[in-house]
Amino acid sequence: MVTMAIAHRLSARRAAAVLERNGKATRVGPSYWLLLVSGILEPLLYLLSIGVGVGQLIGGAVQYGDLAISYQSFVAPAMLAFCAFSGAFGESIFGFFSKLKFAGVVENQFAAGVRATEIVAGELVAATLRGAVYSLLFLGVTVAFGLVTLGAAVPTLAATVLIGAAFSALGLAISATLRGWQDFELVTTGQLALFLFSGTFAPIATYPPALQVIIEATPLYHAVELVRALSLGAAGQGTLVHAAYLAVMIPVCGYLAVRQVDRALRR
Amino acid sequence: MAHPSTAVFERHLLIYRSLWRTTAFSFFLVPILYLVSIGMGVGEYVGRVGGFSYLDWIAPGLLATLAFQIGVSSSTYAVFVDFAWVGGLYVMRNTRVRINDMLAGWFLFVLVVLGLAVSVFLAVTAAIGAVHSIWTLLAPLVCALLAIACTALVAAFSATIRSDSYFPLLFRFAVVPTTLFSGVYFPVAAMPEYVQPLAYALPLWHGVELVRATMLGTTPAWPVAAHLGVLAAYLVVGYVLARQAFRKRLVD
Repeated sequence: MVTMAIAHRLSARRAAAVLERNGKATRVGPSYWLLLVSGILEPLLYLLSIGVGVGQLIGGAVQYGDLAISYQSFVAPAMLAFCAFSGAFGESIFGFFSKLKFAGVVENQFAAGVRATEIVAGELVAATLRGAVYSLLFLGVTVAFGLVTLGAAVPTLAATVLIGAAFSALGLAISATLRGWQDFELVTTGQLALFLFSGTFAPIATYPPALQVIIEATPLYHAVELVRALSLGAAGQGTLVHAAYLAVMIPVCGYLAVRQVDRALRR
Repeated sequence: MAHPSTAVFERHLLIYRSLWRTTAFSFFLVPILYLVSIGMGVGEYVGRVGGFSYLDWIAPGLLATLAFQIGVSSSTYAVFVDFAWVGGLYVMRNTRVRINDMLAGWFLFVLVVLGLAVSVFLAVTAAIGAVHSIWTLLAPLVCALLAIACTALVAAFSATIRSDSYFPLLFRFAVVPTTLFSGVYFPVAAMPEYVQPLAYALPLWHGVELVRATMLGTTPAWPVAAHLGVLAAYLVVGYVLARQAFRKRLVD
C-alpha cells in the first residue's frame, strides 16, 4: 500500500477532497438520511422475524462452540455483520457506479488532477464511514436488547469497521467493472446469496460439505464469524484467521479498484 | 386489428423479451435460495411444525411471497418509467387503447411472468417432496389473485409518485416487513397479540394461509371464503385506485 501510494504520488489532501465531496452530497435533501437510517431497518426486521419469531419455534437454546445461547443471540451478530457489509458495499458498488458512469463525478475529479489512487482512497473512507454508521446504529440496538454486552461492544465495533473497509474495497473493485444497470441484478442476487448462506441463520455445518467449502471461501462468512466470536466473547485462534482474511482484502481489492478505475478513466 | 387489451399485452411481452434477464434471478432463483437457506439450515433447529418438516412448512409461504413480490415489483419501475421517462402510456392514450385496456393488458402480462415463476418453484418443491396434496393444483390461482391485487395497488402508487426514489422506501417500509411478518417463517399467532391484527390486514397473510392449505392439504386459519374475500377486496380497491391514478396522470 505504501509503495503503491508513493508510486502514484498519493496526496492525502486530494483524497480528503474526494471524501469531503461525499460528505457534502449527503446534504442534498433529507431523503439521503432517511435512506441511510432505514438501511438498518431490514436487518432489524430480520432479527425480529427470524431471530425472535422463528426462535420461538426453536424453543430452547442453540449450541455455539461451548456456549448454549438463545437463537436470537446467534442471529444478532450476523445481522450486525450484515449492516457493516451492506452499508459499505452498497455505497461503494452502487454509489460509486453512478458517480463513475452517470453523474460524471469521477471523470471531473480525474480531469481536475485527482489520481485514481486518491479517488479510490477517498471513496474507500467514505463507504467505510457509512458502514460504520450502520454498524454503530445496529450495535446500539443489540446492546439495548441485551444481546451484546457493553464490554464486548468495543471490540465488536472495531471488527465492523474492518468489515466495512474490506467490503468497501471489494465494492469499488467490482463497481468499475460493471457494464451497466443490467449487471445489478447479478450483484443484488450475489449479495442475497451471501446474506442467506454465510452462517447467518444456521451454522454452515448444516449444509452439504461441498457447499461448506464454497462458503468458507466467501468474505461475508468470515465477517459473520468474526463479529459472532467477538460479540459473544468467544474469540479464539480461528478469530484471527477471519480478521486476517478481511484485512488482506483491503490492499488486494484496493489495488484492483485503482487499476480498474484508472483503466475506466483512460478509456 | 387485435383487441386493444391484447395489443397492450403484446407490447409488454415484446419488451420482456429483451428485459427478462433483469428479473430472472430474483423471480426464479431467489425463492429457491430462501428455501434452501432457511428451510434446510434453520429447519435443522426447528424440527417439525404442525406435523410437517420446517422446509415443507415454509415452502408454501415462500411461494405466496414470490407471488406477492412479482406483483409488487412488476408495477414499480415499469409503470413509473412508462409515465415519467418513456411515455408509452401517453402514446397509448392517443389511440383506441383505454385505461381499462392498459391495465388489463398489463395484468395479463404480469400473470404470464407469474405463471413461469410459479411453475419453476412448484416443480422444485415437488421434486424435493414438499408437495403433500393434489389441491396444490389450485395454488397458482391463489398466487394469481394475490399478485394481481398487489400489482394493481402498486401501479396506482407508481402512477402517482413523481420521483423513483420512493421505491426503495416502499420496499423497506412496506414490502420487507410484509414478507417477514405474514406467517411465512413462523405463525402469526406467535407474535404479540397487539400486532397480530396488522398481519391479518395484509394481503400476503391470506395468500400464505391459502397456499399452505393447498400444498399441505390442511385447513387455513379462517374459512376459505373469508381469505378469498379479503384478497378479492384488495383486488377491487387496487383496480379502482389504479384506474383513478392512471386517469389523473394521463390528463396532465
